[in-house]
Amino acid sequence: MTVTREAGAARLLAGWQRTGRAADFAEHLANYGPLPDPAGLIDRVAEAELRGRGGAGFPTAIKLRAVAAGRRGGVVIANGCEAEPASEKDHALLSVAPHLVFDGAQLAARAVGATSVLVCVHSDDPLAASVTLALAQRRGDPVPTRIVEVPARFVASEESALVNFVNTGVAKPTTKPPRPAERGVRGRPTLVDNVETLAAIALLARGHQLASMLVTVGGAVGVAGVHEIPMSSTIGAAFAAAGGETQPLQAVLAGGYGGTWLPMPAAGGFSLEKRNFRGLCLLLALPMRACGIAETATILRYLAEESARQCGPCMFGLPAIAEDFALLAAGRTDQRTLHRLRGRLGVIPGRGACGHPDGAARLAATALHVFERDVHAHAMGRPCGFAAQRPWFAPKQRFRETGWS
Amino acid sequence: MAQQRLTVDPIACRAHGLCAELLPELVDLDEWGYPIVPSDAVPARLLADGRSAVSACPTLALRLRATE
Repeated sequence: MTVTREAGAARLLAGWQRTGRAADFAEHLANYGPLPDPAGLIDRVAEAELRGRGGAGFPTAIKLRAVAAGRRGGVVIANGCEAEPASEKDHALLSVAPHLVFDGAQLAARAVGATSVLVCVHSDDPLAASVTLALAQRRGDPVPTRIVEVPARFVASEESALVNFVNTGVAKPTTKPPRPAERGVRGRPTLVDNVETLAAIALLARGHQLASMLVTVGGAVGVAGVHEIPMSSTIGAAFAAAGGETQPLQAVLAGGYGGTWLPMPAAGGFSLEKRNFRGLCLLLALPMRACGIAETATILRYLAEESARQCGPCMFGLPAIAEDFALLAAGRTDQRTLHRLRGRLGVIPGRGACGHPDGAARLAATALHVFERDVHAHAMGRPCGFAAQRPWFAPKQRFRETGWS
Repeated sequence: MAQQRLTVDPIACRAHGLCAELLPELVDLDEWGYPIVPSDAVPARLLADGRSAVSACPTLALRLRATE
């Protein structure tokens, strides 16, 4: 993990910026003070227009209100699993500032009337031990908290999969409705929030403005890793914070493996604060000297393997489009297969229990658009010279052997 | 009475395909045999056929829900 210190008003990583190590509970109290009163917190979150920092970018206040409206005492799940293989920001936050996350979970629980907090991390992750130690240091938390270790699969930390895992021991998504906010852990209304979202709540509750956010920047940049940047940053500013591009870029993969390809240099001016990019936490910079089609093919194969194999359009559709892209990357395709691929991309989204197939289809569809000229060359049997090189964004192998329970 | 639309529970569905046979006006199958249903309300003249298709689904994956 690389975490880079930036100058300026960094808040989420402020303790770490000062000391260069994880804040224990005493240091956390000295830096931020005790838990504030949660009265009016949901309104503050709404005013600040906080959106979930797990990737979907859903308005947090709406989720808080939905759980608060439930008749029974609810549950708060702090989602620290960070299944996205290229993302490191939640891991970084839980490593260096776990008490901000615990604070946020406590405050959110008080605000929605929840009687239990669960902090979810991957079971194969050393983070589980450090977070458990941090929890043991805390005194006087009003809402009981425990750590839940979740199988390290891509869709196992989707919100309904986390609820399913706590309820049944199987970390696979379930059909909506009901959403976890309506009926979640043991049938109770359940708030599932990303750990950075909860840390932001902890700062808002103390009267801080929402000034910064964490992003992971990867690919052809000088200092790949986690960076805390102003909320109003552009994609170009995020790259600058990460040491700048090391070679000319052709595209950026925004939002991770189920994300969106955007063309460079145009995307450099896109604001991360804009509605569509609000939840964005991961930017991967693809240089000119690389093949976007081959990169997409590699990621699609991974996403196909990470299907929970519950829903037909995902269990059959993802391997099909991954195979189409592998053929395209190798220059072994024609207009007819390309047509078939476009047809598949049209019917896959919106037909699974979770957004996994939608993300894969979005990745593939935006690749066809952004790398359009290359697509034509590959389809004519002329793959680019970079298609055979080692991919920039090759997924880690470690999830493949893990089960679902 | 509120309008109704067809929904599929994607986890329960096992691609038996009866829905497309009983309700070809509304249900298409994808190349793997899984139903694609319209998001619009079911027209009144097809509601009876829709209810038959729902009760014929072997896995109870096909449902009629009130549109929002």
